[in-house]
Amino acid sequence: MSAAAEPLVAARPRPAALRWLRRYGLATLGGAIILAWIVMAVLAPWVMTYDPNFVDVANRLQPPSAAHWLGTDALGRDVMTRIVYGARISLSVGLVVVLVGGLFGTLLGAIAAYARGWAEEALMRVTDLVFCFPPIILAMAIAAALGIGTVNTVIAMLVVWWPKFARLARSLVITQRSLEYVEAAQSIGFGPVHILLRQIIPNAVGPLIVLVTLDLGQAILVFAGLSFLGLGVVPPTAEWGAMVAEGRELVQQWWVATFPGLAILTVVMGFNFVGDGIRDWLDPHARTR
Amino acid sequence: MTRYVVSRLITAFALVLFATLVVFLIANTVPGDPALAALGDEQASDPAAVAAFRAIYGLDLPLWEQYWRFLQRLLQGDLGVSIATRRPVLDDIVDYAPATLELATIAFFLSLAVGLPLGILAAVRRDSWVDHAARFVALVGVSAPTFWLAFVVLAIFYGHLDWAPGTGRLDPIAFPPDRITGLLLIDTALVGDWETFHDAAAHLVLPSIVLAASTLGLITRTTRAAMLEALSQDYVRVARAKGLLARVVVTGHALPNAMLPVVTLGGLAYANLLTGAVMTETVFAWPGLGRYTFRSAVAVDFPAIMAITAIVAAIFVLVNLLVDLSYALLDPRVVRK
Repeated sequence: MSAAAEPLVAARPRPAALRWLRRYGLATLGGAIILAWIVMAVLAPWVMTYDPNFVDVANRLQPPSAAHWLGTDALGRDVMTRIVYGARISLSVGLVVVLVGGLFGTLLGAIAAYARGWAEEALMRVTDLVFCFPPIILAMAIAAALGIGTVNTVIAMLVVWWPKFARLARSLVITQRSLEYVEAAQSIGFGPVHILLRQIIPNAVGPLIVLVTLDLGQAILVFAGLSFLGLGVVPPTAEWGAMVAEGRELVQQWWVATFPGLAILTVVMGFNFVGDGIRDWLDPHARTR
Repeated sequence: MTRYVVSRLITAFALVLFATLVVFLIANTVPGDPALAALGDEQASDPAAVAAFRAIYGLDLPLWEQYWRFLQRLLQGDLGVSIATRRPVLDDIVDYAPATLELATIAFFLSLAVGLPLGILAAVRRDSWVDHAARFVALVGVSAPTFWLAFVVLAIFYGHLDWAPGTGRLDPIAFPPDRITGLLLIDTALVGDWETFHDAAAHLVLPSIVLAASTLGLITRTTRAAMLEALSQDYVRVARAKGLLARVVVTGHALPNAMLPVVTLGGLAYANLLTGAVMTETVFAWPGLGRYTFRSAVAVDFPAIMAITAIVAAIFVLVNLLVDLSYALLDPRVVRK
C-alpha cells in the first residue's frame, strides 16, 4: 500500500495521552519556552549576579566558564546577564507593536467591512498603499529619519505593522456578517456597534489570535534586525540584535554573537509553535483527522 | 480578461503614484535634517553654508513644489543626486543592483528547488519522518534571524573550517571582469575567465544559502499546507478510487490545485529576499542594494531613500500584479467574479 493512500484507511486508535502529546506537544514546548523567558525577564535583577552594563576590561572576551556561563564580551560584560536583560526589551517591544498595531488594524478593518461603501474603499486603499512597501525597508527609512532610540523604532514598526490585521479583520467580518446570527441580532433590535463588538468580533477572533501569536515572534525578529543595523536601541543597552552586531567580527570569540542569536531563535520558535498549535486546535478539520 | 487586466493595470499605476507621494511625505515631515547630516558639525554651524546646501538640493522650496519637481524628474529617469555619495542616485542603483539581483535570483531558485519538493513530500507522507524533518527545517528557517545565521555560517565554514571564502563578491586579489551585465557569473562566463567564475561562484554559496533560509521556510510551509488541503478533496478520493497511480494523483490532480497559494507566496518571497538582502549583504560585505539602502537610511540620504523605496514599491506592485494575472490563468473563476 502506498503512503499516499493512507488517509483513506481509518487510523488505528492510539492512547489519548499519546495523541494529545503528538498534536499539542510542540505547542506546549513553545509555551514553556516563552514562559521561561518571561519569568527570566521579570526576575532579571534578582536572579542575575552581574550588572548588564558592568564593564570589566580585565576579564574581556572570556570563554564560557563557571563564573561567566556564556562568557564575556569585548568590554568584559557578562553575556548571559545581558541576554536575560535583553529579553525585557524584546518581549515588551514585541507585545507593544503587535497589540497596538493589531488593535488599530483590526478596528480599521472591521469598521471598513461593516461600513461598506466609500468608507470601506478609502480605508482599504490606504491599507493597500502601506502594504506595498516592504516592512523592513520602510521601517528603516522611518527609524533613521526619526533618530535612533527604542521608542522611535517602535513607532516606525507600528506604521508598517497594522495593514495585515486590517485585511484579515475585514475578510473575517465580511464572512461573518452574511451569516444568519447577525441578521437575527439585527432583527431583535441590536445596534451596529453592539453587533460588531459583541457578536461579530468574538466569533471571528480565532484567526486573529493565531496571527497575533505568530506575529509576536515576527515583531521580535524585525526589532532585533533593526537593532542589529544600529537603528534600534541606544548603546550600551543590552538588546539581542545589538549584541549580535557587537560580536559579529569576533569569529574566534564565537560566544559573543552566537548566544544572543540563539535567544532570538528560541523565542521566535516558541511563538511559532504556540501559533501553529492554536491554529490546529481552532481548525475542526485538523482536529478530527 | 482584457477588462480585468486593464483595471488591474490602472490600479497598479495609481498605487505606485501614491507610493511616491507617501515616500515623499515621510521623507519630508520627519525631523531628520539631511543638510545637517551631510555637512558635518563644523559646516552645519554656519547658517550660510546650510542655506546654500538647501538651495542646491531644492530643500528650500515649498513641499508641493519639491514633490512636483521630484515627479517630473522621475518621469525622465532622473532620481536625484544622493546627498551622501554626491552621485546621481540612478548611477548608484545601476552599480549596486546586479550584485543583489545575482544573489537574490540564486537564493530564490535555491529555496524553490528545495522547498517545493520538501513541502510536497511532507504532505504526501504526512506524520512520517520526512514530514517532521520538513516542518523542523521550515520552522528554523522562518525563526532564525538572517543576520545571525549569516554570522554563524561565516564563523563555521570560513572562520573555523575554512571550506568557503570570506566576505565580498570576489577574492580581494582577484581581478573583477569588465562590466557587461554586472552579474559576475555571466560576465566571467562570457569572456571565458573560468578562474574568476569559480571564485565568484564560491563567494555566492554561503550568502545565497543564508538568504534562501527564510524563503525556504515559507515555501515549504505553504506548499505542505496547500497540498494537504488538496489531498483531502473529493476529486483526489475519486482519482484514487479509479485506481490511478499515486504519482499521477499527486502530480496530476492535487498539485495543480495546490499551486495557487504557492504562487501568491512568490510575491511575498520576493519581499523577503529584498529585506533579507539588507541583513545578508551587511554581514557578507556584499556591494548590493541592501547595503546601499542601509547606508542611505543611516545617513538620512533623502533622495536615495526616496528613490529606493519608490523602486521597491513599484517592484512590489508589479510582482503583485503578475501574481494576480497568473491567478487568472491558473483559476478561471477569478476573472468571472
